[in-house]
Amino acid sequence: MLQSGEWAYTEKLKEHFESPKNILQGNDTSAFDGVGMEGNLQCGDQMMVAIKVDKESEKIIDCQWKTYGCASAIASTSILSEMVKGMTLDQAFNISPKEVAKELGGLPENKIHCSVLGDKALRAAINDYFIRNGMNDRVQKVQARTVCQCMNVTDHDIEEAVLEGARTFYELQEHTKISTVCGLCKEDAEAELQKYVHLHFGA
Amino acid sequence: MPSRQIYFDNNATTPLHPEVKKELVAAMEMFGNPSSMHAFGREARANVEDARHRVAAFMGADESEIVFTGSGSEANNTVLSLFACGSGQCFPGMRPKIVTSRIEHPCILETSQCLVHRGVDVSYLDVDGYGKVDIRQLEEQLKAGGVGLVSVMMANNEIGTIQDIAAISALAHEHGALMHTDAVQAFGKVPVDVNQLGVDFLTISGHKIYGPKGIGALYVRKKTPYCPFIRGGHQERGRRAGTENTLGIMGLAMAVDMRKAEMESEAERLLGLKEVLRKGIEERIDDALFNGHPTDSVPNTLNVSFPGAEGESILLYLDLAGIAVSTGSACASGSLDPSHVLLATGVDAERAHGSIRISMGRTTTLDEVEYLLDVLPGIIERIRNMSTAYIKGGAHAAIR
Repeated sequence: MLQSGEWAYTEKLKEHFESPKNILQGNDTSAFDGVGMEGNLQCGDQMMVAIKVDKESEKIIDCQWKTYGCASAIASTSILSEMVKGMTLDQAFNISPKEVAKELGGLPENKIHCSVLGDKALRAAINDYFIRNGMNDRVQKVQARTVCQCMNVTDHDIEEAVLEGARTFYELQEHTKISTVCGLCKEDAEAELQKYVHLHFGA
Repeated sequence: MPSRQIYFDNNATTPLHPEVKKELVAAMEMFGNPSSMHAFGREARANVEDARHRVAAFMGADESEIVFTGSGSEANNTVLSLFACGSGQCFPGMRPKIVTSRIEHPCILETSQCLVHRGVDVSYLDVDGYGKVDIRQLEEQLKAGGVGLVSVMMANNEIGTIQDIAAISALAHEHGALMHTDAVQAFGKVPVDVNQLGVDFLTISGHKIYGPKGIGALYVRKKTPYCPFIRGGHQERGRRAGTENTLGIMGLAMAVDMRKAEMESEAERLLGLKEVLRKGIEERIDDALFNGHPTDSVPNTLNVSFPGAEGESILLYLDLAGIAVSTGSACASGSLDPSHVLLATGVDAERAHGSIRISMGRTTTLDEVEYLLDVLPGIIERIRNMSTAYIKGGAHAAIR
């Protein structure tokens, strides 16, 4: 139950929305060692993360960002930029949306999707750093795997559907049309659905 | 807490008119059931019927044509649901085909979706860039035959665009269809007369006109086929079961009386404020895009998009400054899709995501409008400064 005057968001989130940390001033990213961008304006969320890296220790020494999106999106990128400072690239690469949400004191369920772009943009920035420094072998691509051949639905599409609210197989089909033709992928699709529900919403 | 609290969300709901508040307090003493034959009941009955008369008169209807409901949504559900009954008992010759528009309120759109599962044929009219329905498309649909009902809202809640309901009604009747209009956002803002409009059904709501929540009314033209949505009582001449909401009904009638007294001068004043607002935004903020019809629009509503700034963040930064507006953008309302109304007008998703609705009311002052104009430019600049939309190159494409 909300108290009168209280936001639907946590105090921590509100703090990062009111006074976001580490926003990139202007639009020049040339001073950074790696830059990544995820999402698009049409979907209502886009995030850009730029990092400076200490070559010796491979630690992130600065992280700045820009975000187009709602309060959760802005606050998630802000807090992410604080979290990664001092982390090694490997540590930062493994930050999950859940950890970001936890740092914010939790997100409303329909806003979880707003927090997943920040860590994706961060991973893109880290990969960008590897490419710029001739370490292509260290680029970790999180490649999509096609689950449903008939309707061309990938595991990333399933994750997206879960973040948009799909919990049951029927809802997943409403979102993606997965397994609506030959039906051979049903078991695989159900397992992926459970995996992502657990990953994003499990206790 | 911000130093002041300003309300620019009168299309969502309105504060009670002071006269309505007084009426409600007085009415609370009167608890009789209007159906009782004793003095307590008779007093309540007399008040309910007096209220019915006043509500009917303001829209040019006969009091026998007014059915009080629990909300505008209930009234809309009642009309559409008439067409899902397969028995043909209370509605002989009913044609299970409805034509409505893409920009209706969800209580029409979701109900029609449900009716499709119950065997009703539903089609949706497109709108132009201003949100006006395509009359030629309507004519085609009607000519194809079998249409039982045309339901088009009179004024849109998000962009304020007013439809030419009289022309749409005439067309519907020419082809033997009944006509319904959801006038929730028009009633009390602009003149609404059921005979000038030529409608068979018309929906209004109490809380959009400074009346109480939980009360609405449905106008049903005499001799129009009808079937109750809520059954089990003789109330409202058997058209809506449930003990009458005496308090709500009396509050609604008082709100109507006040609209009758204030609407005309109020409309002129609000149009003036809307111009101040529009000009101020144009002058002080780059790339502001106004949505909806420039003239055929309710006087209180201004919908504007700020590309590069997402609607919910605009809403919440304004909230921190003590200003309440709303957004059709979805992030705020819980779904992820941008406003179906703006998308129907053909604007792109980014523009739809970056829209806010400013809806003024009888308590809005020039001073409040100027305060909004002082605060808004800084907020848009701040959001755009942190937005990826304004990066000019330099960021690498995503690597998944």
